[in-house]
Parts: sequence; structure tokens; C-alpha cells
Amino acid sequence: MATKAYQKTYTQLDAITKATVALKAQDVANDELAVVDGRLAQVVKTKGSQVTLQVFSGTEGIPTDAKVSFVGNPPVLRVSEQLSGRFFNAYGDPIDGGPQIEGEIRQVGGPSVNPYKRRQPSQLIPTGIAGIDLNNTLVSGQKIPFFADPDQPYNKVMADVALRADVDKIILGGMGLSNDDYLFYRHAFESAGAMDKIVSFVNTTEEPPVERLLIPDMALAAAEYFAVDKNEKVLVLLTDMTLYADALCIVSNRMDQIPSKDSMPGSLYSDLAKIYEKAVQLPDGGSITIIAVTTLNDGDITHAIPDNTGYITEGQLFLRADSDSGKIIIDPFRSLSRLKQLVQGKKTRDDHSQVMNAGVRLYADAQNAKTKLENGFDLSDYDERCLKFAKDYATELLSIDVNIKIDEMLDTAWKLFSRYFSPAETGIKQVFVDKYWPKA
Amino acid sequence: MKSTGKVTGIVSNLVTVQIDGPVAENELCFIDVEGTKLLAEVIKVNGRNASVQVFESTRGLKNGDHVEFEGRMLEATLGPGLLSSVYDGLQNDLTTMEGVFLKRGDYTDPLNHEKLWDFTPIAKPGDKVVASDWLGEVKEAWIMHKIMVPFSFKGEYTVKSIIAAGSYNIDTEIAVLTNADGEEVKVTMVQHWPVKVAVKGYKEKPRPTKIMETGVRVIDTFNPIAEGGTGFIPGPFGCGKTVLQHAIAKQGEADIIVMAACGERANEVVEIFTEFPELIDPHTGHYLMDRTTIICNTSNMPVAAREASVYTAMTICEYYRAMGLRCLLLADSTSRWAQALREMSNRMEELPGADAFPVDLSSIISNFYSRAGMVYLNNGKTGAVTVIGTVSPAGGNLKEPVTESTKKAARCFYALEQSRADQKRYPAVNPIDSYSKYLEYPEIQEYLDNVVEKGWVAKVSALKNMVRRGREAQDQINILGDDGVPMGYHETFWKSELIDFAFLQQDAFDSIDCITPLERQKYMINLILDICNRKFDFEDYEQCRGFFKDLINSLRQMNYSTFKGESFMNYLAQTEKMIQEYGN
Repeated sequence: MATKAYQKTYTQLDAITKATVALKAQDVANDELAVVDGRLAQVVKTKGSQVTLQVFSGTEGIPTDAKVSFVGNPPVLRVSEQLSGRFFNAYGDPIDGGPQIEGEIRQVGGPSVNPYKRRQPSQLIPTGIAGIDLNNTLVSGQKIPFFADPDQPYNKVMADVALRADVDKIILGGMGLSNDDYLFYRHAFESAGAMDKIVSFVNTTEEPPVERLLIPDMALAAAEYFAVDKNEKVLVLLTDMTLYADALCIVSNRMDQIPSKDSMPGSLYSDLAKIYEKAVQLPDGGSITIIAVTTLNDGDITHAIPDNTGYITEGQLFLRADSDSGKIIIDPFRSLSRLKQLVQGKKTRDDHSQVMNAGVRLYADAQNAKTKLENGFDLSDYDERCLKFAKDYATELLSIDVNIKIDEMLDTAWKLFSRYFSPAETGIKQVFVDKYWPKA
Repeated sequence: MKSTGKVTGIVSNLVTVQIDGPVAENELCFIDVEGTKLLAEVIKVNGRNASVQVFESTRGLKNGDHVEFEGRMLEATLGPGLLSSVYDGLQNDLTTMEGVFLKRGDYTDPLNHEKLWDFTPIAKPGDKVVASDWLGEVKEAWIMHKIMVPFSFKGEYTVKSIIAAGSYNIDTEIAVLTNADGEEVKVTMVQHWPVKVAVKGYKEKPRPTKIMETGVRVIDTFNPIAEGGTGFIPGPFGCGKTVLQHAIAKQGEADIIVMAACGERANEVVEIFTEFPELIDPHTGHYLMDRTTIICNTSNMPVAAREASVYTAMTICEYYRAMGLRCLLLADSTSRWAQALREMSNRMEELPGADAFPVDLSSIISNFYSRAGMVYLNNGKTGAVTVIGTVSPAGGNLKEPVTESTKKAARCFYALEQSRADQKRYPAVNPIDSYSKYLEYPEIQEYLDNVVEKGWVAKVSALKNMVRRGREAQDQINILGDDGVPMGYHETFWKSELIDFAFLQQDAFDSIDCITPLERQKYMINLILDICNRKFDFEDYEQCRGFFKDLINSLRQMNYSTFKGESFMNYLAQTEKMIQEYGN
């Protein structure tokens, strides 16, 4: 990926840490790439003639007399239609045995869209999963993470969502993917016959963690090419952002920065926002939607990584194992799509938001009934009906293995309401009850 | 002769510059990167080295790059045309920038220099004037925009000449003033003021004496904010901070609204540009956008400009206050600004305070809030700047430095609560923990006695106490079970639920319920208080629960109906009938 003729070569390192090296060099630009002993590195600090380089693949085995040459530009990606169907590493080099990409050279991590030039997101992204489409509808130009514990099948859900979503391109940014998960994605994309609309940038656990820092920028540079230049609807999948943040933490620690909460760098919010805010609805029709995964430690969302993420993203989707139905469900209480009201009832049927609210409310009543039961209090008839409803609701709608159209989700909800409740108990507006309540 | 320098060190957006002459703290400079000039601000000087924070990406910057100092601090440009503008944190006009992406080093003029304004003089030749006195006025939307003696003028001046009424652009010389030494100075419709310095130029800043109505019941009745007062809204994500702030922006009883979107989501600002031009101000009937200025420095825009954005917003408010107007500044979120300070402090390797924030965080925040206030201008008229900031506490924990520092500075505290949000009880403002110190002010109590009704504050505290007792009763019921407590506990609990559902909760998306004028709030409070002061005879707790659930539904329907309209009166009759059935 080197583009300019190499500048002067240096052979005297002053300092080496696990992630950085320092040397004396002249005429070096901030953010510029360098090659240290054959490994790619980036300028992160200059002080007088002293330059600090972050070595992406780690510094193991780098000697103090290592050869250092500067590339003359920050990280770049070649962009063209040839990206489609290909797998790349964090540096944008092919890992699928195919040829190098020909195309225009673009710097990654480029400037932000002028907020005034953005458009309000308004296009529905259907996924077939009722826990998402019915309760937490996604909109193009949105950014939303899955908050999931490491043992939950988030990669499978992401792959399902991506392959069912009506988009022109899917860009996968894999950070710290296990080799098995990488092969899972590859297989899922190939067997769906969707390879022509997929571009993947992958850093596996076998590769050095600091390399991950390049993945989101690479994936989003490719996304911007398709969304801005080609006016396409692009969906970007980023998994797992917790591992990305861990890499940030390693680098800041090696640079002796003072850590803030949970030993994360003080700039974590800005670092994450720079990535997530690339999600955009553009004036000419193109869009970038970001669905990410943030793995949690035992459901703890107060940790700095999910906490900062929650302030940046437009909602979050929670996966939870439901003991009543034995399924993995999208938790209706803790999940939220902040943009759902932009499409519900506008791009979907008119009863959508009322049905959604009634379902969640009755499910909440069921949780209260469950607490009563656990505390040894007697259940009323209404409580009993709520509990039965909750089980069916979780199985037929909230479960992640549901795959139906939105109208069918609404009809299913009406069917469940009528099975256990009177119209008044659902609290739904009378006009909708008249129109949709199933006739016996 | 301006000083120059050259770059000697770079860490992200902190750049060290070797200087060849004098520079001032907070002085601006431009760094030349391959022909593009990047704006930066001096934040520390040590010997011949100045540390500057760059307001743009420093990618490609090299040691040895040329730096030119400007001899001025970061200033706001003030004049007709500020309203309905959309600026970035440095007051660049975002609407006139070309291209979809923000270009580094692209600075646009905040004001339109061609547009003509209908000017009418106020001062006459021979008048003695001082800084911020009114020389004339132009009509900006429906607001009378005063053209003032620039804030930076020191001492007394005499008006030598003033231009006749007519249409002029902002650069037209509208007056010539002479100072004590007989030197002449020219005044146009534009002036500049350093954003980090408070605008004085008023006679007196008394304690606030009035309430600023927001139409949000939990604020206006339970914890009102004063005109010229300060308040803040801390809350975890997903608790409805933004919805509450937008509601205040739409409904707040102010002449001018300045919204500083500081380090927040871009799509939220898009919502403002998309909706505000369509919405009508409920107090004046004019378009909301006409009285609004948006300062937008979203989370992905340069971090250093976040700090500038809240100060620029404040300076614009102070400018309009000097015209005798009531301004409301909404800053969302001050935590992002504090984080920007933390990033810089960290890069400068300063010794950190709590959670790695700079040790002077508290004084920076209180200094900012202290710029709010109601003032008497030199001509005896009043103006006000009310400030409401949001805080995004890490992990939703209110024991963190930004919340604690703001608590010391702001007089109203609106605590958003996760558990209320989870139960969809919006606005999720905790009625017990939140407070307004203004309720303790004798001036404000007297104002409420006159404007609402005699003894209002006492009524409000009685209601608060009922809510508190309801919570205690609920705890007992949860521990001992429905049958394990006397009937009175159920009644106390359900009375507090009545206050919660029928008054505290408010539907921000319903066209009627979203805004409740003080008069209507008074009516509902009296109705609810009357119910809560009664004793009821219930046979069992199921009957108590059923009764209050029906009552709540009836009162909520009243909230959704036009005040004293037909449907409202029907539900009122229904409510009264229900009460008579059980009450004594």
C-alpha cells in the first residue's frame, strides 16, 4: 500500500515499548505511516526531532537498529467496484488469495459530513426478526449496537440481519474475530449467494490487537465510497467494538496517558463517536447504517465501553436468554431504537406503534406477576393470563429465530392479544380494535 | 507586528509552537499545513514554547510548519442575522459551506453582508452613550434587534452623527461617536466579542424574580426555573434527556433560544433543522426557527471546538440580553465539553483530578453558569439569560465530577431516573430528588402568590410530601404484601400514583398534553389536591386499586382534551361522579 517513493531510512531506535517505538527523524507528518523492520506503523506523537510510532503488529523482536522508513501518507484504501465480494486484512490487503484492487486511493478516517447537509433518516430496514422490526424498528442511516454477553449468538444474528436487510452493500468489519467466526461469516455470505454485495475487512484473534484500530476506518472508507460516490444503501457490521476499545486502551497505556473510568483512555467517547457518526442519510439517496456488537461483561452496561456507546448510538438491542420459552430473545425493555418513530405507522401499518406498546406493556405486567409468584403472593386471574401471554409472545415474536414480514408480526400480536385478553385490557385505541381485532 | 512561530511537537490536536515574540493566553493562531490554514488557540505558554489546541484534524502537520498569531482571542461576530442560523462551534455558517463533507480550514462568515435591514435610529447627535447603549434598531424576523455601542468601548462617548432611517447592510457605518479625547470612532451593525469573557455593560444583576414557564408540569409546578436562572438535567442514556430539552426549546417562554449541540448526535440536530422551520412558537404564533440559533458541534466534529461552542452560544445570548430580551440557552451536553477539557489536560500531562478530569473543572463550570442572570440595563429595561444544561453522567452514576460540579453551580436540578424511564413514566424526572432553589426565594414566592394563587408554594410542597409518603407506603406493600398492610397504606400509595399519572407524567408527543400553561396546571393541581385530601371508604385494596385506576384514566383523558372544552368538561363530570361514590 506504499504509494510514494521512500524517504530517508533511519536505523537507530531510542525507545521501544510493546506497542510503540521512538526515534529521531526529520520532516515527519502527523498520522503518517512508516515501516519499522518490515511492519506497518503510524506517527502518533512528535516532540522536537523525537517521533513516536505506533507499531500495529506489535514490537516483539524489533531490534534497536531496526530499519525505519516513512511512507509519506496516512493509511489509505484503494476504492472501486472491485472491492465487492472480497476479503481484506486491516491494511486493506486481500486475504482471499485474489489480486490486489485497482482503484482510486482514498485516505481512511477522513472528514465528517456537514451536519446541515444530512437528511433525516426515513427508510425502513426490515430484518424479519420481530423483536427488531416490531418493537425496535431500524432505519437507514441509523447506528445501533447489539449489547450481548460473549456466549450469545450475536454473530449469527448479525449475519441474519445483514443478509435479510434490503441494502445494496454489506461491509463487514471484523475485529478480534475468532478464526471459526470468520469462517462462519464467510460461509454464511457464500451460501446465501450474496458475495457480490459484500466487502469484508477482518482482523482475527490470531493477529495483533493493535491492527484492529484500522478496521473501522477501512470499512467506513469503503462504505463512504459506495454511499457517497455510488448513492448506494450500505450496511456496515462492526464486531466486536469492545475488542476495538481494548486495543485503544493498550495504545494509550503504552503512551503513558492517564486512564479515566475502567482504565479506558479519556478520549474513548470521541474515538467511538468518530466511527459511529459515519452513519448518515445523504442528500442524494445514499446511506450508511451501522450495526455493531458490544460484548458486555455479565450484562453490565455501566462499564465505560457500553456506557459511552449508549450515549453515541441511536439505541441498543439487547439479547437475553428467556427461561420461559427457552429461546434467545430481543429484550423488549432494555432494547431501544431511537429512530423507530420515523418509520412506524408511516412506512408500516397504521396500528404499528399501538400494537408495539400494548405488547410490551402486557409483557411488563407478566414480569410483575412473575415477581409476585416468586415472592410467594397469590396470582389473580389477570396475572395468570399475562404469564401465558408472555410465553407465547416470547416464542412467536421476541425470539431471534422468527423470520416473518411486519404485517404478519402485527397479525400475530393481535392473535395473541385476543387469545388472552379483552380489547379494553390491551388499552389499544378503539379504531384499531374495530379494524384488526380477530373475529371469533 | 504579530508574532510567528514554528511547530515543534504534535500529539493529536495538541501542538507545541516555538514562538518569536509575545503571545497571550487564549490568543488565536493559524498553522499552515501545505497551504491550508488551521485555527488554533493558545492554552499554555512555557518559556519560548506555546501549547496550542487545534480546532481541526492535525493530520499531515509537520514539525517546522509555520504559525502566525492573530493578536486576538476567539471572538463571536454579533449583528443582525444571527437568528435562524446554523453554526459550528467556531461560528462558521454551516449552511453556506460547499460539499457534503466538512473541509479542513474552510471558514465561512457568520453573517450575510449583502442583506439589507430596515434601520431606525434611537440615539440622537449629542447623546452621551456608553458600551451596550442602544443607537438604533432593525427588525430581525419579529424581534427588534438593537444596534448597540460595541461592548468593547470603554468610557463615555458622545454621538456625533447617526444615519437616517433606511435600508442598509450590516457593514454600513450607522453612527460616528467621539470619546472624551475628541477622537472619532465609527460604528457599524457588527461587533466582535471574545467568547470566554462575560459581557457586562448592564447596570445591575439582581436575584431573579419571575418564573420562566416551560409548559412542562413537573418543571413549572414542582421545580420551576426562574427567568435568568440556571438548571441542569443529568440522566443516563435512554431516559429522555433530549426529548425533554427539545420540549423546553419548543415551549419555553423566551424571546430567543440558542441551542448548543455540544458533542452529541448529528441526527438530533437534523431533527431540529427539519422540524423547527415547520413548528409555531406557542407564545407568539411565529415560526420557532425565527427565534432560534443553533450551534452545532456534534460528537464527530473537532473536540477542541466543543468548548468554544458553549461559549459562543453564551455570548450570543448575552448579546440579545443587552437588547432587553429574554434568552434561553440549552447546552446539550456539558459532559462532552468537560470530556474535551479532560482530553487536552491529559495531553498536556497535567496532574489529573477525579476521574482524570482537570482539577479546575468545577471552577470552569461555575464560571460558565454564572454568566446567566436577569439584568437591569443602563436604560432601566430588563433582559435575561436562562441556562439549562444537560449532563451525561458515566454509567448513570450521579456521583461523578461533572454532575457534582454542576450541582454546585446550577440552582435547579432535574434528575432523570432510569427506573422511571423503564416504566415509561415520562418525563422521567424524579419528583423527590429533583429540586429548585428558587422556590425558597421570597421574591419568587411572592411572584407565585400574585401570578398563580396565594399560598401556591405551600400547596406544591404538600403535593411533594404526598408523593414521598406514597413511595414509603409502596415499599411497605412490596415487603409485606397487599394483605400485610392496613388499608390506609394502599390509599396513600394510590394517591401518589394519581399525582404521578395525572400530573407528573406528560406526553411530549401529544399536541395538547405536551404543553400545559400555568393556569391549567393550577386548575389540575387544585383538582388533584382536593381528591388527595379526601378520605375514602374502601372495602378492600382491590376496590381501592380499581377506583384509582379509573380515576387516573379519567384525569388523563382530561389532560388529552382542550382545556375546558366539551370533552374536558365531560371527563370532569365523570371524575366528580366517581369521587362522590366513595368519598366523604
